[in-house]
Amino acid sequence: MKLLINGRTREVEAPAADQTLLGVLRDTLGIFDVKEGCGEGVCGACTVLLDGRPISSCLFLAAAVRGRAIVTVKGLEREGGLHPLQEAFVRHGAVQCGFCTPGMLLTALAFLETNPRPDRDEIRHALEGNLCRCTGYAKIVDAIEAYARNGDDRG
Amino acid sequence: MADATAVESGLRVVGRPIPRHDARDKVAAATAYAADFALPGMLHAFVLRSPYPSAKIVRLDTARALATPGVAAVLTARDVPRNALSTDVPGQTTTVGPLRATLHVLAEGRVRHQGEPVALIAAETLAQARAAAEAVDVEYAPLPAVFSPSEALAPGAPAVHDSGNLLAQWRIARGDLAAGFARAAVVVEGEYVTQFVDSAYLEPESGVAWIDSDGVITIRLSTQVIEHFRDVAEVLDVPQNRVRVIGTYLGGGFGGKEDVTVEVYLGLLALRTGRPVKMVWTRQESLLGRAKRHPYRLRYRTGALSTGEIVAQEIDLLGDSGAYAYLSALVLLYSTVTAAGPYRTPAVSVTARVAYTNNPPTSAMRGFGAMQTVFGYESQMERVARALGLDPVRVRAVNALRKGDTLPVGQVMETHVALPELAARAWEALGTPTSPRAPHVKIGRGLACNFQPYGRIVWLHDWSSAWIGFEMDGSLVVRCGAPDVGGGQASSLVQIASEVLGVPLERIVVHVSDSALTPLSGTTTASRQLYMSGNACLKAARELRAQLLPVAARMLDVAVEALEMVDGEVVATDGRSVSLRNLLAQCARASVPRSHLGVYHAPSGEPVDLHAGAGKVFPDYTFGAHAAEVEVDTETGEVRVLRYAAAHDVGRAINPQSVEGQIQGGAVQGLGYGLMEEVVLEDGINLTTSFASYLIPTAADVPDVEAIVLESGEGLGPFHARGIGEPPIGPPAAAIANAIEAATGARITRLPITAERVARALGLVS
Repeated sequence: MKLLINGRTREVEAPAADQTLLGVLRDTLGIFDVKEGCGEGVCGACTVLLDGRPISSCLFLAAAVRGRAIVTVKGLEREGGLHPLQEAFVRHGAVQCGFCTPGMLLTALAFLETNPRPDRDEIRHALEGNLCRCTGYAKIVDAIEAYARNGDDRG
Repeated sequence: MADATAVESGLRVVGRPIPRHDARDKVAAATAYAADFALPGMLHAFVLRSPYPSAKIVRLDTARALATPGVAAVLTARDVPRNALSTDVPGQTTTVGPLRATLHVLAEGRVRHQGEPVALIAAETLAQARAAAEAVDVEYAPLPAVFSPSEALAPGAPAVHDSGNLLAQWRIARGDLAAGFARAAVVVEGEYVTQFVDSAYLEPESGVAWIDSDGVITIRLSTQVIEHFRDVAEVLDVPQNRVRVIGTYLGGGFGGKEDVTVEVYLGLLALRTGRPVKMVWTRQESLLGRAKRHPYRLRYRTGALSTGEIVAQEIDLLGDSGAYAYLSALVLLYSTVTAAGPYRTPAVSVTARVAYTNNPPTSAMRGFGAMQTVFGYESQMERVARALGLDPVRVRAVNALRKGDTLPVGQVMETHVALPELAARAWEALGTPTSPRAPHVKIGRGLACNFQPYGRIVWLHDWSSAWIGFEMDGSLVVRCGAPDVGGGQASSLVQIASEVLGVPLERIVVHVSDSALTPLSGTTTASRQLYMSGNACLKAARELRAQLLPVAARMLDVAVEALEMVDGEVVATDGRSVSLRNLLAQCARASVPRSHLGVYHAPSGEPVDLHAGAGKVFPDYTFGAHAAEVEVDTETGEVRVLRYAAAHDVGRAINPQSVEGQIQGGAVQGLGYGLMEEVVLEDGINLTTSFASYLIPTAADVPDVEAIVLESGEGLGPFHARGIGEPPIGPPAAAIANAIEAATGARITRLPITAERVARALGLVS
């Protein structure tokens, strides 16, 4: 089966009927930038973008993604540099242990596609499916808000 | 802050909100966590656990499991060379005699809690390991059990251990209690109940082990304590230098990765099979298998004068250790010492006990016994203030400890106590009161202060070490055993080295958490790592500087005092300079070492007799005050936190951004504790073994926490910093309960404060 991951085509053996996308990404392809936090679709650590929309890859069956575009956090980098939202996370101290960070970034970017100028409450609601145990969320919201306000938040 | 010292000025790197070096890796997902690692030919491991909270193992037969496909090993207690694991004082410390606690690696003959490990399996795939676990024949015969500490201590209760169910008790008595209560204008009595809580870090327990050259069993895992290599060696019955633990950057710890997790299992299986082995727990295994925060019943009787001055406190604490001791005796000690709060109290009596039950074991979790007591003493403080019609900030200021005061345990406060200022700042930060959005919604505000020890108990003789060395090109290497749990532990060391040696941050690389290759630094627990390893790093950097500067002084023909290390150069006051590269080459010619090992020993002491009020228990304390504004829906009991401010005196903020992050994150964990989190047990059976049932705060559940960072310039850490990892988790539950009372008049005494409990207190449901 062919998978389109971060713009590159990857060939894998046809997955078993019950194999999850997360299992294929991590165990078969060694794509460790997708994390497993709960395995039951609650914590958001395994979030990837499927055709631009965030999904929990731990619940999504691998067989269902044939030919569809998957983006992981590695797919965000631009010309070898970090995406401006990644830069904003660094600058605003939005990262502590970092385990939730890849999922947070992807969820936030997909959300900003639909709502480019959100207020803090809207950002908080958009992140409801991504748990963070370290930061208390404030600096994550700061980073997303600054990025949304400034475009690439270079100011 | 009349008795405080001013913070050191003129620093270039320390004190600045610098983005952490590990953050860049983490946003790019370039950090290889423990589970993000694989080796060729690796086996996958699984722990078979007891489904019963108390049972005899009548039969345990692995023959059928061993015959299943792909199985490489099935181990039970009799396969473990030394089936005993010490759980008392991990790290760079001496043992504590009577507090020594042990448990079996794998169950021997009986199980005492649901989830107790019974057998260990390694197979070619995880699915095969799980299938083999199903094929282990275990026959259990349920035994009588006990599920609460008060039942456990009742006469005739089933014995969890042969030694009896009372695991530990501490007592403090100071002053004349009867005379104190006789003087009191008001006496407030209260009983408070706190719950089992899980660390709930996002990264479950995980690791990979392999046999390296020279037969060294190497275990790469997510741990707060690399010194467990010694415990693994004891269990495996190999010399301690044949086990190496490599700690990864953790996906959160919070105390849950302080005790041994997967390392012993991995060591056993790697040794048995000779192959690399990986073990990653699922969320369900993590919630089932890991120790919890201790639930407490806290009884308080508090007497105060009409001025609000507390004159007597009688306190009785009872904690649940679950089925094994782990760190319970020490957790109880923290509760005992902090029970009366950060206040002057002339007469205090504390009786504290912790008992075995057949519940899941309890052990370290952020706050370590000093956070449950905040719910008790700050609920009491508020009730005293209300009974006397006093302002909440005022009543704390009246009672606050001051430098030179003595705690009930006999310890003299040797650094500034900023409590009155912290309380005022937090309270003011709430701003103009919010108007209720509907008639049935009530708004109220609450305040809670706390103090939390940082650094380990003085009779553990704690120490840390760090090595700093220059490469020939002037780039710098820091080596330190400190695990980085995500709080910026490694990054702070880089900042300190940069400050002293004038090397730009991007020219420094830090290696942490490897028991073979980094100098040992002790545990990343007890809010101690910045304090301890920060001091070790500062010492190493200063001594390395003292080694190098005389060489530069000779090169420039000036006095050492005329030199500064800045921007990768040594600069003299007359403007002339020598590059680090040239200086280091000269050091090589002059046989001057370009590295230094710094060792820091914390102030130490001998065990104190608490009852006699004998003296120092902890090196120092961090103080805080949190203020909350809540709205309570008086039709449903729902509570929403509208505003939240959290103030702490951190002595000196090495990295203000990291400090704010610790305060905001700790406060939100504390809000989870106060409002929603609970490990629900029914006769010892855990009903909350998924994130769908064990709820932690989401972004939408909590407001922005305003972090207020006070710098008194007094602390025992580098540049007079205090520990700030644990302190912010203490006050939230009490601040919320106090705010709810201010809004509705209802006093909630049981955590978590769910809508149902509030509705009950408001008389909405019976």
